[in-house]
Amino acid sequence: MNIKVLGPGCKKCHETERLVKEVVREIGCDATVEYITDIAKIAKYGVFSTPAIIIDGQIKSAGRIPAKQDIKSWLGK
Amino acid sequence: MEPIQFKMVQEPSCCGQSSAKQATDDKQHFSKKEIGLGIGAIVVWAFIYTQLELWANYTAFDLFGFSKGSHLGEPIAFFLYDTPKVLLLLTIVVFGVGIIRSFFTPERTRKILMGKRESVGNVLAALLGIVTPFCSCSAVPLFLGFVSAGVPLGVTFSFLISAPMVNEIALALLYGLFGWKVAAIYLSTGLLIAMIAGWIIGKLRMEGHLEDWVHEIRAVDAAQEEGQKNWSDRIRYGLDAVKDIVGKVWKWVVLGIAVGAAIHGYVPEGFMASIMGKNSWWAVPVSVIIGIPMYSNAAGIIPVVQALLDKGAALGTVLAFMMSVIALSLPEAIILRQVLKPTLIATFFGVVGVGILLVGYIFNLLI
Repeated sequence: MNIKVLGPGCKKCHETERLVKEVVREIGCDATVEYITDIAKIAKYGVFSTPAIIIDGQIKSAGRIPAKQDIKSWLGK
Repeated sequence: MEPIQFKMVQEPSCCGQSSAKQATDDKQHFSKKEIGLGIGAIVVWAFIYTQLELWANYTAFDLFGFSKGSHLGEPIAFFLYDTPKVLLLLTIVVFGVGIIRSFFTPERTRKILMGKRESVGNVLAALLGIVTPFCSCSAVPLFLGFVSAGVPLGVTFSFLISAPMVNEIALALLYGLFGWKVAAIYLSTGLLIAMIAGWIIGKLRMEGHLEDWVHEIRAVDAAQEEGQKNWSDRIRYGLDAVKDIVGKVWKWVVLGIAVGAAIHGYVPEGFMASIMGKNSWWAVPVSVIIGIPMYSNAAGIIPVVQALLDKGAALGTVLAFMMSVIALSLPEAIILRQVLKPTLIATFFGVVGVGILLVGYIFNLLI
């Protein structure tokens, strides 16, 4: 499972990355978490509000810090 | 480069179970307790708001024993009244705007703006700029998302100008400190500048001044569905906005009002008339230029500026200063430099700057 957190490095983006990593650790999920800051790359994923989360190629959230509960449900827990 | 296409992947199989749909069903209707709490909160809000002046005067003059009209007493009464008033207003406005914003996402706004003609598009984009959630740190992805989907460049700019300039923090502070007339003037002239400046940038045909790689990006239909929001979600969204925004700007508001209060008490009447008054023609452009590097302190600057107005500064000059602080920010220019060539950034700042100048001069002439 591949999780990408997209964001140009703003405070909310770092917060989202931290939260995703925390959830992954908590539920002991076997996933890689990538943090992508390159604007060109972000744009190519079709995301235009950050922070965004892409899990296995699917945009799960954009433009907000998701609730922990939501992240858990995306990870299948 | 090929744009990356999204396939709808089956439920994530990471940890076995797949219960992605469950979360949305859990939070449905309000309980009686929640409705009661909501009504209670509004009543308490209204009660505090109407009693503020009384309490402020009582604390300053009766409790602390300062005499009315004294150098120390007046600013203290002013501070005690205005700080809670502005914070209360800010809370309710941010909450209200948060609820409105829960109906709009950048994705939906893009859909509305796609394929609109220029003039209509500029008007719509400026209006949507108020209600679409926007953070200046995602200005670039948003810009790319709009332009790559065929939203005209000028229309995109109308959005980018209006979104930061006409914001709920500025409106709440203006309403609280200057009254509804100035807030309304700010709102309408801000929208007008966004519409016209975007329209002019569109007419200048500056598509060639985007960075080259921008043209390679093609629209990807973001296959993201946030799902239906119910009212309980929207109220939560509004509360989150309050926590996020008020939690961030309250210190600036308090600091700004404190400085403003000191100016009220100690700076002589008419002091600003010679510097920022009607008769000094250069005050407007100087205010605009000073305003550009100031950004994060917008919430703190409005109370200071209000105090200056009281000491003889002209309304047009003050409006121009505020708009420049809020709409033209150096950090945003640096962020946008990633997608715009310097000529286009200069044009953007130039056109908006001239618009702000005109607003300043017109109000100095009229009022």
